[in-house]
Amino acid sequence: MNHSEWLLIGGMALVTFGIRYPVLAMSGRLRLPPRLLQALNYVPPAVLTAIVIPAIFVESGDLWFGWQNPRLVGAIAALAIGLWRQNLLLTIVVGMSAFLLWQLLLS
Amino acid sequence: MAIAADAHLKTSPWREFWAGARQTIPLIVGAIPFGIIFGTLAQTSGLSMPGAAAMSACVFAGSSQFIALGLLATGSPIGIIVLTTWVVNLRHLLYAVGLVPYLQNLGQGWKAALAFWLTDETFMVAIQRYQQPDPSPYKHWFQLGSALAMYINWQLCTWLGLTLGQTLPNAANWGLDFAMVATFIGMTIPYLKTRPMVATVVVAGITALLARSLPHQLGIMVAAIAGILVGVLVETTHKPEASHS
Repeated sequence: MNHSEWLLIGGMALVTFGIRYPVLAMSGRLRLPPRLLQALNYVPPAVLTAIVIPAIFVESGDLWFGWQNPRLVGAIAALAIGLWRQNLLLTIVVGMSAFLLWQLLLS
Repeated sequence: MAIAADAHLKTSPWREFWAGARQTIPLIVGAIPFGIIFGTLAQTSGLSMPGAAAMSACVFAGSSQFIALGLLATGSPIGIIVLTTWVVNLRHLLYAVGLVPYLQNLGQGWKAALAFWLTDETFMVAIQRYQQPDPSPYKHWFQLGSALAMYINWQLCTWLGLTLGQTLPNAANWGLDFAMVATFIGMTIPYLKTRPMVATVVVAGITALLARSLPHQLGIMVAAIAGILVGVLVETTHKPEASHS
C-alpha cells in the first residue's frame, strides 16, 4: 500500500465514522422531540426504497420500465414471494433466481 | 417478515448476541455476492490487494466502497472520493438518530463500537429487536451480534473476491449485485402494513427516480426524507387507519 492509498482509506474511514458516531456520542444529553421520534419510524422503509427503486429502473442514467429488464422481473418475483410467504431468505433466493434466469433467457 | 421473531426468548447477553447473529443470516446471504464483487473489482480499479482489504476493514460501508472504486478507476482525486463517501453514507445519520433512544444510556465504548459497525442491514434487524416490548436489558448485545456477523462476512467476502477474482473473469458483470436489491425488497415488505408506510414507500420510490441525476447519489437522501415527511403527514391526517395496525 502506498501513501495515497492510506490517505484515501483513512479519509473514507474518518468521514464514515464521523457520520455514524457523533449523534450517539452526544445521545446521553439528547431529548428527541416526539415528532422526530414519530418520523424515525419511517426511516427504514424510506431509505431502503430510495436505494432499491433506482437500482431496479435506472440503467446508465435512463429509465427502463420494459419487461426485458431482468432487474424488474427479479424485483417483481421477490415482492410477490415476499408478500405471500413473509420469509426473507426465500425472498432473496427467489428474487435472485428469477433475475438470473431472465438474464440468461434474454442473453 | 418477522426478522427478530423468536428473540423475546433470549435474556442473557450471549443469547442476545447469538440471536442477533442468527437473525442476520438472510441478510448475509444477500451481502455475499456484493462483497465478492467488491474484491473482484478492486483489482481492476487500481486499488492494491492490501488496500482493498484495509478499505473493507476500516471503512466498512459497502455502497461507498463500490463508488470509491468507480471513482478511482476514472482517476478522481482523493478529496473528491472522500467527499462522495461522506454524501453516500449520510443516510447513516438517520440510523444513528434512530438508535439514540435505545443506546443513549450505554457507555462510550459501546456507542463507538456499535457506531463503527452500523450498516443498513444491522440497523434494520436491530431496530426491530429494540421495538419489541419485552424488557430485556441486553438488546444492544443483539445489535452487536448482528454487526459482528456482517463485519466478519464482509471481510471474508472481500478476501474471496480478491483471490477468486483472477480465476473468474467478468464476475462483476454477471449482475450478482442484484442480491442486494432482493435483500432490501425483503427488508421493506414487513413495513407495508399501514397506509402511512405505503405512502412513504411510494413517495420515496418516485422521488428517487425523479432525483436520480443529482450528483453523488444525493437523490437517496432527498427521496428518503420526502418519503419520511409524507409518512408522518399521512399518519397525522389519517389517525384511525394508522392506529388499527
